[in-house]
Amino acid sequence: MTRSEIRPFHSARWSEPVIMEMGSPGRRGTVPPTSWATSDAAGLVPASLRRAEAPGLPEMSEPDVLRHYLHLSQQTMGMVGISLFGTCTMKYNPRISERIIARPYVADVHPAQDPSTMQGVLQIVHQFSESLTALSGMPAFTFQPGGGAAAAFTHAAVTRAYHASRGELEQRTEIITTAQSHPSSPSTAAAAGFDIITLPVEENGYPSVEALRAAVSDRTAALMVNNPDDMGIYNPHIKEWVDIVHEAGGLCFYDHANFNGVMTRLRAAELGFDACMFMLHKTFGVTKGGGGPAVGAYGCSAELAPFLPGPRIEKVDDTFTLVESPSSLGRIREYLGNVPQVIAAYTWLKAMGGNGLREAADLSVLTNNYMEKRILEIPGITKAFPEVTKRRLEMTRFSLGDVTAETGVTAVDIQNRMTDFGIDAYWLSHEPWIVPEPFTPEAGEAWSIEDIDYWIDVLAHVVDEARSDPELVKTSPHNQVVARASGEGLDDPERWATTWRAYQRKNGNH
Amino acid sequence: MSPLTPHPYMGNSTEAIHERMLSAVGASSIEELFEQIPADHYGTQGTALPDGILSEAALERHVDDILRANKNTRDHVSFLGAGSWQHHVPAVCDEIAGRSEFLTSVWGTPSSDHGRNQAWFEFSSQLGELLDLEFVGLPVYSWGSAGGNALRMAARLTGRNRVIVTTAIDPERRAVIESYCGKQGSARALEILDLDYDAATGQADLAQLSGLLDDTIAAVYIDTPNHLGVFEAQAAEITAQAHAVGAEMIVGTDPLSLGIVAPPASYGADIVIGSTQPLGVPLNAGGGVGGFIATRDEERYAREFPTLQVSITETLVPGERAFGLTLFAQSSYGSREEANDWTGNSVYLWAIRNTVYMALMGPQGFAEVGSTIISNAHETASRIAAIDGVKVRFDSGFFKEFVVDFTDTGLTVAEINQKLLAEGIFGGKDLSEDFPELGQSALYCVTEVHTEGDIERLIGSLGKAVTR
Repeated sequence: MTRSEIRPFHSARWSEPVIMEMGSPGRRGTVPPTSWATSDAAGLVPASLRRAEAPGLPEMSEPDVLRHYLHLSQQTMGMVGISLFGTCTMKYNPRISERIIARPYVADVHPAQDPSTMQGVLQIVHQFSESLTALSGMPAFTFQPGGGAAAAFTHAAVTRAYHASRGELEQRTEIITTAQSHPSSPSTAAAAGFDIITLPVEENGYPSVEALRAAVSDRTAALMVNNPDDMGIYNPHIKEWVDIVHEAGGLCFYDHANFNGVMTRLRAAELGFDACMFMLHKTFGVTKGGGGPAVGAYGCSAELAPFLPGPRIEKVDDTFTLVESPSSLGRIREYLGNVPQVIAAYTWLKAMGGNGLREAADLSVLTNNYMEKRILEIPGITKAFPEVTKRRLEMTRFSLGDVTAETGVTAVDIQNRMTDFGIDAYWLSHEPWIVPEPFTPEAGEAWSIEDIDYWIDVLAHVVDEARSDPELVKTSPHNQVVARASGEGLDDPERWATTWRAYQRKNGNH
Repeated sequence: MSPLTPHPYMGNSTEAIHERMLSAVGASSIEELFEQIPADHYGTQGTALPDGILSEAALERHVDDILRANKNTRDHVSFLGAGSWQHHVPAVCDEIAGRSEFLTSVWGTPSSDHGRNQAWFEFSSQLGELLDLEFVGLPVYSWGSAGGNALRMAARLTGRNRVIVTTAIDPERRAVIESYCGKQGSARALEILDLDYDAATGQADLAQLSGLLDDTIAAVYIDTPNHLGVFEAQAAEITAQAHAVGAEMIVGTDPLSLGIVAPPASYGADIVIGSTQPLGVPLNAGGGVGGFIATRDEERYAREFPTLQVSITETLVPGERAFGLTLFAQSSYGSREEANDWTGNSVYLWAIRNTVYMALMGPQGFAEVGSTIISNAHETASRIAAIDGVKVRFDSGFFKEFVVDFTDTGLTVAEINQKLLAEGIFGGKDLSEDFPELGQSALYCVTEVHTEGDIERLIGSLGKAVTR
């Protein structure tokens, strides 16, 4: 297919100073109300705790603060360009949800209000939970985890509570995962006190049944696994896996971060899993926000439900109430979770419906296969496990290893150069890398075929550049806000600076 | 597979494009693309979900009809705090946090998401000024998460596994900390010892503390102001005692108090944590919470942070600045189970709100808001205490919350709050279950948003409510 013409692009470039360098003494950006009370504030703070010196904050007018941050927003690409950031399912976030959750009936609700005064919130959270039950088969959900990693931690905590209730926690010290699971599975399980067994990926693109058999024992507390994984490869033995772990007495957790391609087709409970997790900020149309507020919706079987963090919402007649289970593990986070994000996900799901979910799953897999075909036509690009010929699901992991060997240009170089054309940086791969110079695009259902084609055209163009002018790519980006970060000093205690005051001191300006 | 009307959220939702892509991939049907999934893996029960609502007008009406059942702190006068506090949110915070670029950014590069990274750096930098600390991580999920993370940092720093935690703490926060510390049982659980509060002052009991401290203690953790609203006036002495046995001192604080209150670093606190919600984030039915972790910029501490953090750095062009992640390898993204604890999506969009808020306020704004809050709260407390049978438990040295004791009225807090609700008032948080030693007490929160008229309404309604 002929490539479209590459369009010139340049990001906004305001050369914006750090806000700590801005302002002028005495200037005001907002004025709090004065007190109507007669008491003298100065005397009300215990003498031992009075602040001696005013904080060194900038002093700016309101329009200057607004314009500074508008400039910074313009210097952020987000999804304003084309973002096919794999594993994160960059789909459209309907702005109607943003309008709804900004209204006082969400934004100004206090979590400790009497439940009779927040029936609307409780109803939506409850109904959304029932929809996730329909999609997963899991009878109970909690939205308290503030992201996918927090949902994984929730599973680790539920696992502790479950085995403790059976008197087996001291014996069951191991959690099994795979090299292709998200890092949050092993890290949260380790934080919860478990030892981690990571099964390596074998020739079919997933660990073998034999490897799992060898790993399970009476020490097995749980399995934490995603399927399909981030390579779009589906482990067809997953039901057998679940049986093996169950026979050993362990629990099975399905990290459903990659649900987009299998929505309406696979239900975690029917595959035998005890628990699963959905990313509302990925699969269910809620914004990323640069990294939250997010929700890792954690669902589980009736057997595990009593251990879920509280409070849970129950519907009695037509009234929604909050209840605490006596065997609840307590809290993973304060309150009911990121309620506005749950409301946004509810709104998105209502808009999509069962038929829309099916079409979205179809499109995400179809579009990925379309992309894969075109991307593999670019000389030097291969895919992970090419000998696994069955069609990938909603993602494919590619490798630029041959391009790098030929030109010296790496996947990071190409990622940077693509941003010169208004393409958001692609995802490489979580640790550990299984193929050299990986990249992982994900089309999802929102992006038009024109944008998908253009993304591929830019990739092909940059791979051409890697051959014709490798220095151009290695020193990229050239049309972005700033040049590439050198990376130097970031891990050097003499040079790192997470605050302006540290930067000033380390550079002799303090 | 396509509905009759192409879905507005999906760019390829037309028959023609479906066919075009199918033909390009050489498949005769969509089902062919799912060949990896064995037949007996498919769900058998359908989704049971109705078809989608394609009209935005109809969709909005549907959701609006449900949510209008909610009452809120704008159509009621509210005295609820206890971990989520009503403060004014400047309009510019909404405008900036609503920008599509910030709303939708995911990861990017330091070049292409430079503006967002700079905003994050400014969040840490401004918080660092309030806290008088040089090393500040990107935000964590909540104050409770920050507490759990900080106690586990202290355990790694000291190689000890026992921690002392104040009982004058929000039970929600305490429960989160217990989960982080392994309450359900864990090979690496931290043992939590209770530091009680003095019944007369609401502050930590120093005599008890000295009995608890020895060289097995990893950390002492207190909040100031604490959950009962009062400042820990002896925080410096507590810190000195913790340091004397080699323990880390963790102090939680309300950043909105720091215009008038000394930052915990000034008396030697090692790890300072707290909530970011007061800094320009709405209540959000509890979804406004966020937490921060800060320390001195010492390698010993920096290398134990579980968060991601942004550092100012250089680009390939001499003299040009960028903002990149520092110490990424020690995070769970970098090191899986070998990492410092774990991190993931957090509340980074709230960091954008927070940085805008701090920039708008400036030093004078923080001083003024602190003064207004503490004055309004004290005046309200003394007017409440003038009501027959009603007491304020700890009647000095508090910030924006205080304990109102209704025991002598013969009524429960629940009964009083029902009466207030009928008058359009959310009474203070009921403490009677979590703090039975305080009798029928409620935690009242008064901030800069409360007018004298609000307080007069409260006093009038309370007076009626307690008259039998």
